[in-house]
Amino acid sequence: MREIAYEEIVKNVRDIIVYSASNLPEDALNAMKNAYENEKSPVSKEVLKQLLENADIASSEKRPLCQDTGLAVFFVKIGADVKVVGGLLKDAINEGTEKGYVEGYLRASTCHPFTRANNKDTVGYNLPAIIHLDIVEGDKIDIEYAAKGGGSENVSRARVFPPAAGKEGVIEYVKECISDAGPNPCPPLTVGVGIGGTFEKAVISSKHALFRDIGSKNEDPEMDELEGVILKELNKLGIGTMGMGGTETVLAVHIESNPCHIASLPVSVNVQCHSSRHTHITL
Amino acid sequence: MSTTYNLTTPLSDEDVNKLKSGDIVYLSGTIFTARDAAHKRLVDLLDAGKELPFDIKGAIIYFVGPTPPKPGDPIGSAGPTTSYRMDSYSPRLIAEGLKGMIGKGKRNKDVTDACQEHKAVYFGATGGAGALLGKQIVSAEVIAYEELGPEAVRKLEVVDFPVTVVNDTYGADLYKIGRAQYEVK
Ligand code: SF4
Repeated sequence: MREIAYEEIVKNVRDIIVYSASNLPEDALNAMKNAYENEKSPVSKEVLKQLLENADIASSEKRPLCQDTGLAVFFVKIGADVKVVGGLLKDAINEGTEKGYVEGYLRASTCHPFTRANNKDTVGYNLPAIIHLDIVEGDKIDIEYAAKGGGSENVSRARVFPPAAGKEGVIEYVKECISDAGPNPCPPLTVGVGIGGTFEKAVISSKHALFRDIGSKNEDPEMDELEGVILKELNKLGIGTMGMGGTETVLAVHIESNPCHIASLPVSVNVQCHSSRHTHITL
Repeated sequence: MSTTYNLTTPLSDEDVNKLKSGDIVYLSGTIFTARDAAHKRLVDLLDAGKELPFDIKGAIIYFVGPTPPKPGDPIGSAGPTTSYRMDSYSPRLIAEGLKGMIGKGKRNKDVTDACQEHKAVYFGATGGAGALLGKQIVSAEVIAYEELGPEAVRKLEVVDFPVTVVNDTYGADLYKIGRAQYEVK
């Protein structure tokens, strides 16, 4: 049994949160540079230039890329042969999150659903983190992290279709979602699509799909092809960067699919903005 | 077709009437910040017949909830938030003399109608460019609702703050015009 200290997890979580807030990961940066090269609309091109400049300023001056530093979302795989000593894994992630948001001067964005009062004084700074845990083989802890902003989360949606809807139904649904969203989610976007499973499985899969590196291939050839088809359809919408009109509305479509019930076809669309702050560490 | 202007607040009818959807404007002077929670309070004040915490005539409101400033900085990162959440409040403020709003994303018909009727414009700033936009803000001071944290009302001094006219006083909408140009049916 390998032991990992509680404090080590706190420190690592704190560090990735602070770093991610001002450093756009390489996959996202490259995708934005490609979009800049390919964009046909001069207005969108100009805005893309501003966003690349913003990424430069953020990393060189250690300023947050965006004022919406998000809710902290984690997908954590803990090896069956690891023991966390000194406290609970979940507490360590929350403590690291709070430290990261406080020490990095990041915005606390959690609030009560109805009073809208900032939770800062009652449960801590930008807590609780959203944590999805899984147990796997091995003696390591694998942590995937993303800062999830509200603008893109607000246009996300899910629905359980009858099986007859098929691939066509999925394509139409994603198209409708991105078309209705227009400028609001800060395009150019990454679009996560969860297909199959149960209702909540589809939703969680669509979220996890956003953690994949932009430009990476889907391991399932059928889904890889479908990603290409949907991407092409979405870029016909003409929304462009920040909705100014243009050819580069979506940087990538990522699908995660699961077997589902014979009676249903759940589909979820989770949207990530151009500020795709995500990272991955293994302890 | 797009013209670039430098404007200083407060804005007059003449200032806003010359602006067309798609024009680029560099704003300087004082602007005020407010998000949903602050808007609700501002409108509640008007309903109660009380005075607003700042002079709304000719003013610009920026929909933003900045990150906390690092020591020595006036403000942290400060890009726009999505504007539709203010749609139910903006027409009332426009009727009171508000001349400009800065945010990102679509507005509803009530807002664009009010822009036409009372001569006001809706500017888009680049969402997610918080580091870059924060640098154009030279001073920031909380003037109301401190307990709202990032949502408090702040008075900002800005220099050459870059925005694009989305909805002008003539009913044009840049999001519609831009998209129609590149949409493949
Ligand atoms: S959608 Fe993304 S880039 Fe836009 S304001 Fe929100 S977090 Fe920032």
